[in-house]
Amino acid sequence: MNKGKSFSFSKIFRNQLIIPLAALVLLVLFNLIMDPNFFKITLGQNSLGNPVLSGSIITILDNGSELAILAIGMTLVTAASGGQDISVGANVAIAGSVMLRILCGKGDNAEMQAPVIVAFLAACVVSMLFGAFNGVLVAYFKIQPMVATLILYTAGRSIAAWINNNELPIVNDPSFGYFGGFIPGIPMPTPFFIAIACLIVITLILKFTTLGLYTQAVGINESSSKLNGLNPKVIKLLTFVILGLCVAVVGFIKVSRISTINYSVIAKDIEMDAILAVALGGNALSGGKFNMYASILGAYIIQFLTTTLYKYKVSADALPAYKAVVVILLVVFSAPTVREWMSKTFNNLKGKSAKKEVA
Amino acid sequence: MKKKVLSALLSVAMVATLLVGCGAKAEAPAAEAPAATEEVEEEAPAAEEPAAEETAEETAEEPAADGELISVGIINNDPNESGYRTANDADLKKTFCEENGYKASFAYSLKNDEQIAAAQQFIQDGVDYLLLSAADTAGWDSVLKDAQDAGIGVILFDRTIDADPSLYMASIVSDMAKEGQNSVDWLLSQGKDELNVIHIQGVMGSAAQKGRSGALDEAAAAGKLNIVVQQTAEWNAEKAQQIVQSVIDSGEKFNVIYAENDDMAKGAVAALDAANISHGVDGDVIIMGYDCNKWALEEVLAGNWNFDQQCNPFQASYIDDVIKNGAPAEKTIVMDEKGFDAATITQEDVDNYGI
Repeated sequence: MNKGKSFSFSKIFRNQLIIPLAALVLLVLFNLIMDPNFFKITLGQNSLGNPVLSGSIITILDNGSELAILAIGMTLVTAASGGQDISVGANVAIAGSVMLRILCGKGDNAEMQAPVIVAFLAACVVSMLFGAFNGVLVAYFKIQPMVATLILYTAGRSIAAWINNNELPIVNDPSFGYFGGFIPGIPMPTPFFIAIACLIVITLILKFTTLGLYTQAVGINESSSKLNGLNPKVIKLLTFVILGLCVAVVGFIKVSRISTINYSVIAKDIEMDAILAVALGGNALSGGKFNMYASILGAYIIQFLTTTLYKYKVSADALPAYKAVVVILLVVFSAPTVREWMSKTFNNLKGKSAKKEVA
Repeated sequence: MKKKVLSALLSVAMVATLLVGCGAKAEAPAAEAPAATEEVEEEAPAAEEPAAEETAEETAEEPAADGELISVGIINNDPNESGYRTANDADLKKTFCEENGYKASFAYSLKNDEQIAAAQQFIQDGVDYLLLSAADTAGWDSVLKDAQDAGIGVILFDRTIDADPSLYMASIVSDMAKEGQNSVDWLLSQGKDELNVIHIQGVMGSAAQKGRSGALDEAAAAGKLNIVVQQTAEWNAEKAQQIVQSVIDSGEKFNVIYAENDDMAKGAVAALDAANISHGVDGDVIIMGYDCNKWALEEVLAGNWNFDQQCNPFQASYIDDVIKNGAPAEKTIVMDEKGFDAATITQEDVDNYGI
């Protein structure tokens, strides 16, 4: 029995989900103590008379969606290449710009020029091409991922502006806003459903294909995976293309939220939050094994933290500092070495107390 | 060996993006010209020239007889930066054209060192006037001294620099503090019993944020209004939406949204719409924005917003005046900037002042 218990301790601390879950519990407890109203959800109506749910929890589920979707792609890229894509924010701008270009066409058009699905598919194709560009640089030219993606990080927003001739097109059709807001009659925000859909798709892919296994194999040891008949280059390229697809979905949600685009601020610094989500999930940023759900949970925790800070009106100057402190703690505790050390320490403690009991 | 190939490829990739970047910069204003103003058409062919030089310079092609023309070198920030900059660039191109007696060359960069290099190039080319919107306030002394020695008149627009005023002829700027004061004065003149303001700030420390926050802070300190929340949304519509959402969720009372640009006001309004809170003329919440984007003025015209304060990007006519009539007695020229009230705005205002 003694043996069984100590075994479960080390298992708990080795489990990647434990740190993000603990962080979540802490944030929930903090809010419960400070103000239980944080968890109040009310059903109201929006200005169009449609039922909508509102409350801080809904805000978190709503605004955390984009980050969760990006975390899916970023986790795969991190696992396969052992590096991160820092161009996702700029690529979101490009995807959004492509969508608006197709929806609004040239000049001032009151009506949409093409069905939303066409614009979305076009954005997907463009985003996947840019993803493939990054992927080729990383996989075939063996450039450090951060350096390779620095290219689009720098040029992406200019490209986005150039796609629309530097204009800021506005979609006037209210139905376009459904995807970043509420579908009439459904009280939950749509981005949440989109995130759920992405989650289901990636779960099925990981379950029924070898993508997860191959990605980890390439990330752990590229040459041995090659000797085992895998093509590491193709796998790496594939992860960047998948991230491109995630970027297109996020770009769609982002432009739908405000029905327009601002090239310089759309999805600004989102790449850093996406990388942080992966790190919070306890995934090694040097690649290899990964846990997709831990990353997604990490994404929602970041949004939970942001919403909490807004709720307590932390002054604007101090906001990044608070965030930094929490992030440092979370990242340190979720680092694999620290978790290893903690499980050892707890095992020793357990061992000592067990000995005392015997004595 | 392998490393050499790698670095060669890397540099090829870098140069390629550089070209893409420059291409985007060069083409954007050209393609945007017909939409903005018809007079700019002459500029379009020049801008379409392959601008592959690393300084991203583009020289307007003049057919002949430029002896009569005043040559100006214009150093500006990247027109992609914002709607303000796009309007600013289009305005400069419209004014400094051949019909008005100018031969203009443009250089764009968001980086100070690249701008300084461009300025040195213009001095070597022997332009008559150097027009400058500096990316950074420091580091301009020596190059401006060179310009002075070469007898080139320097005129600053939009942004000031830390240099001796004797080094330039004039500085044409927006007074952000005055803009803020103008807005706050309007708000206080609305005769509301109670003003509970959600204050959504721009990027902290930027000139626009400081000026626009200043007047409101002052009024709050004097007890004329009450600030419910003061948060930065970093010019970002979605962040503004989240901030307003969190106030709505907490159930606090507010009746004014003071956003330091139009995008953030738009985000705030989206949060109000989702919660079925009426806004604008006859609404429960007063909406105030800055910058006078065309779509924002249309919102004001439709009565969905109450007030929008201009940040004037049209410095070209002031510069033109300085060049033609000589340096003014007072070096710093503050431009006229209007505020538009939903009660008095007209379609003409939207057409004339929308950027």
